[in-house]
Amino acid sequence: MKAQRLVSWIIFAFGAAYFLLPLIGTVEFSLRARRGVYSLDAYRNVLSDPQFRDTLTYSFVLAILTIVLGVLIVAPTAFWVRLKLPALRPVVEFITLMPLVIPPIVIVFGYIRMYNTSSALPLLGSATGSDILLMCGYATLSLPYMYRAIDTGLRAIDVPTLTEAAQSLGAGWITILARVILPNILTAILSGAFLTFAIVIGEYVLAALLNRPAFGPYMVWMGSNKAYEPAALAVVAFAITWMAMGLIQLVSRFSKQTQARR
Amino acid sequence: MAFIELRNLQKSFGQTQVVRDFSLDIAQGEFVSLLGPSGCGKTTVLRMVAGFEPPSGGEIVIDGQDMTGVAANKRRIGMVFQSYALFPNLTVADNVGFGLKVAGVARAEARARIEEMLGLVGLAGFGARYPFQLSGGQQQRVALARAIAPRPRVLLLDEPLSALDAKIRVSLRSEIRAIQRELGITTLFVTHDQEEALSMSDRVVVMSAGRAEQVGPPHEIYNRPATRFVAEFIGSLNILSGKVVDAATGRVDTPAGPVTLGRALTLAAGAPVSLAIRPEALRLDAEGEVAFAVKVADSEFLGSVVRLRAVAPGATPLSVAQFNREGRALPAPGEAATLSVDARDIVVLDG
Repeated sequence: MKAQRLVSWIIFAFGAAYFLLPLIGTVEFSLRARRGVYSLDAYRNVLSDPQFRDTLTYSFVLAILTIVLGVLIVAPTAFWVRLKLPALRPVVEFITLMPLVIPPIVIVFGYIRMYNTSSALPLLGSATGSDILLMCGYATLSLPYMYRAIDTGLRAIDVPTLTEAAQSLGAGWITILARVILPNILTAILSGAFLTFAIVIGEYVLAALLNRPAFGPYMVWMGSNKAYEPAALAVVAFAITWMAMGLIQLVSRFSKQTQARR
Repeated sequence: MAFIELRNLQKSFGQTQVVRDFSLDIAQGEFVSLLGPSGCGKTTVLRMVAGFEPPSGGEIVIDGQDMTGVAANKRRIGMVFQSYALFPNLTVADNVGFGLKVAGVARAEARARIEEMLGLVGLAGFGARYPFQLSGGQQQRVALARAIAPRPRVLLLDEPLSALDAKIRVSLRSEIRAIQRELGITTLFVTHDQEEALSMSDRVVVMSAGRAEQVGPPHEIYNRPATRFVAEFIGSLNILSGKVVDAATGRVDTPAGPVTLGRALTLAAGAPVSLAIRPEALRLDAEGEVAFAVKVADSEFLGSVVRLRAVAPGATPLSVAQFNREGRALPAPGEAATLSVDARDIVVLDG
């Protein structure tokens, strides 16, 4: 019993070291901007860079829009498949896996071919159009995670009976989705949102090739031009992402949903 | 005119026909039960009335309006499910008020109606709780309040008591019936529990293999089963298989001895016939019109009732149920005894 516990702790320590050591190394390196002493110079430089704030805000807004788009696409689909077409579930599941198999570079070249300025729908001709394309691309990349999260959430509730109960009370499809299904899979949606957020903040290929001022390309640009700032930037980006997640957790903890689950 | 008319309902899932030519008229304010073993199509009939399954054939008319193709959320029907199906993210009050909110009822009016409904089901003051904080019986009361809050024209109950423990099941049974009477709401109740069906209903529909075997008031279903299936499904029975000797006087030869029913049979002489006798119709004396000489095999004391198992001539097992009375002597196992029954308590079944 005791030996087993010890083994568990050793495995845990090993795992923790695997993840923490690179992080500690990065933090340590980011503090060495001034020769001989630890200082926050690199952080000062990063935070005072207006490009840092602009790209981060851009990616942040895009992440939230991507989450909204993803939920709007995935939740009704997963709900409908579960309710009416359960035989189709493996097929839909397979389709949602495609973004993991097809590299983003293929998607973005497809976009550039389909929506260039001489095409029928010249979305790439304007900044807003490119932003929309970027958002669609992000939604595609996060599809596997969003679908799995929401589908797992739907599995936890009795979708057919709750739907019928709402129907017998006079509710239409939109009311059922908005007032019965979505609130009951909120935790699942939040975990899907978590993953989507992390993907969007760090994504490089789509944003770089569509030439949008996102945080990913900024990090790469920083990395190839500065010495200590990229490490500081990585630490800051890491902290921001985790703060956002903490906020989501906090919000969901105080929502009625988790009270009901406890 | 009937309030609900089900005309020649049919339902097939692929090759299997679940409901065959099911017709039923239900009067306004009536409480009708669909009773049958699992797979007999009773739930499918209910779901077709609710609008969750489109019938493969036939018509559903409610209050003179053809409802056959109408969407479930436009039928103004309240439904209670076996699994309660309360919305877990909403409080009890919000659950009960769900239908009112969907219908756009003003908030003050809705609040009054919610209070009224919760009072009706005996859960006044529970409005702020969440479903998971309630017991099964309480959750099902909330589900009932939720179903009747928007004043539906019809109430459908799909085995609402099956998931509850025995004691609550019995008490909720009479409560549902009392609320139904008070509101005068036309109710269709699905159950596989004959006691529930018999105790709650104005009329019982016994179903088998997608058909209505018999429709009638509970006492008629129990005392005068029309078919062998109904007789065997409801309660327990002693069956004597015999042959008609004389159709006019109702003389039948059975292995346990000759039986004279004193009424005409529709069967010809020589035709096989089954006579059914309820255990409680058999008496432990010779005063009934038809008597059997038996040997007592076993007796069980069940408190209010005493059950005897006896063997009549021809190795025919007869089971007897008698109310327990102090001081009454009961034959011991192994003893000979005489059992008798009044001829009118013998039910004649074909074949």
